[in-house]
Amino acid sequence: MSNFEYIDAYTEGQLGIIVLNRPKVLNAINRKMVSEILSAMEEFEVDDRIRVIHISGNGRAFAAGADIDEMANDHAIDFELRNQFKDWDQLAMIKKPIIGSVQGFALGGGFELALCCDLLYASDDAEFGFPEVNLGVMPGAGGTQRLTKLVGKMKAMEWLFTGKIISAKESLQFGIVNQLFAKEILQEETMKIATYIAGQAPLSIRLIKESVNKAVDTSIEEGMQFERKNFYLLFSSEDQKEGMKAFQEKRKPIFKGK
Amino acid sequence: MFETIKYEIRKSVAWITLNRPEKLNAFTEQINREVQQSIKKASKDPEVRCLVITGEGRAFCSGQDLDGVLEDMDHGEVLRNHYNPMVMELHKCEKPVIAAVNGVAAGAGMSLALACDFRLLSEKASFIEAFIHVGLVPDAGNLYYLPKLIGYAKALELAVLGDKISAYDAENLGLATKVIPLERWTEEVTVFAERLASMPTVAIGLIKKNLKSSWNLTLEESLEKDAQAQRIAGLTSDHIEGVKSFMEKRKPVFLGK
Repeated sequence: MSNFEYIDAYTEGQLGIIVLNRPKVLNAINRKMVSEILSAMEEFEVDDRIRVIHISGNGRAFAAGADIDEMANDHAIDFELRNQFKDWDQLAMIKKPIIGSVQGFALGGGFELALCCDLLYASDDAEFGFPEVNLGVMPGAGGTQRLTKLVGKMKAMEWLFTGKIISAKESLQFGIVNQLFAKEILQEETMKIATYIAGQAPLSIRLIKESVNKAVDTSIEEGMQFERKNFYLLFSSEDQKEGMKAFQEKRKPIFKGK
Repeated sequence: MFETIKYEIRKSVAWITLNRPEKLNAFTEQINREVQQSIKKASKDPEVRCLVITGEGRAFCSGQDLDGVLEDMDHGEVLRNHYNPMVMELHKCEKPVIAAVNGVAAGAGMSLALACDFRLLSEKASFIEAFIHVGLVPDAGNLYYLPKLIGYAKALELAVLGDKISAYDAENLGLATKVIPLERWTEEVTVFAERLASMPTVAIGLIKKNLKSSWNLTLEESLEKDAQAQRIAGLTSDHIEGVKSFMEKRKPVFLGK
């Protein structure tokens, strides 16, 4: 694994682990951190041993926002020429499943990063929110888009207009997170879930992720065709043969991801 | 640091004393804020394993200071800004909180006592749902906690009739952990608080959390909370000490970890 400055990245069995690691500033996200997250994910993406990516924050927060100092003096053209969010766009291209584990704050850019996950778990005292409006700006890394697609227009508008904190309970109620755990055992429980998903047929997981994401933005007709092609495609895999054979022989399948 | 309350730590117990005896410890914006801050401070302090809230002088707390109530006051905003944060801080506190009700607890003063985990009552203590006498509604969590403690029918009687409830009547209703005679008041409160402060603090916090969440959960959800809490408690050194001391037939020494 590469050496990173703002994150820790390592493998544990079939899991690729990423830990945001600037605990003194509640893991405030700067450009280098995003680029490191992307590099780590791209390394996991091509590593055959890795089946699931798990991301969490070191310390009291997942990530309390973007690094304000880094951008306070930026101008519009700086962002344009730098292509500020190109790494964020690449995060959405990762094909392996990403599981997020949010303890404490996931605010602003931290919330946007959490929304990039395919499954999201949080501590029962976690707090989400987009406080950008209080600084005279707005989310720029997908916040207005991903939140709206997740919870609908009305709640998204309310939370983005007010900058109000979304409690863990509300986040569960509105489908932002899959499940809440006591903070003491959040990490342990999400690792169990990640390990479970890692035991599923990898090609199924891969094409399910692709198909579900397709459903967000395409017409139902187009989505159905897309799903069908992926369904057909799995019948060219060894895992499909093994899975169905094991079912008939009443034993547990052994999936190889081939 | 505080002006309207006293904040002292003795033997792992944080003593929070409402300290406006000349006003029967009535609530003002400042005392609301200081009670909230002191609860937060005690919650965060690893040395503290139990909190006691009590009143200086002859009253526990007589509720909102009516001197500050103006005709154009927005009562809703006062609650949202001053009282509700105080009640939420108590609700979030994972350590045991005792209301040592030394005298009258009226109006929001009663609400404060209801939001605590234990109510120790001096035989001179009393509760009054004073709100109705000025045409108002019990607030600051009063109507949330009261029916859970004594049932709907009795809660309604107290809230609507606004009669003074003596310490012994309160005990019969289930509002008191214990009524303590005047001459043993300080001693018994101290012994009780220090007993709680020497217990497995993490497990107490989890018991509080799960009891409170049980009000809103199905059995299935509650069973999952049990599993999570037991996993956490099972990792504490107090659990290991408890089992070990049982095997060794001696008294356990819990460190709250």
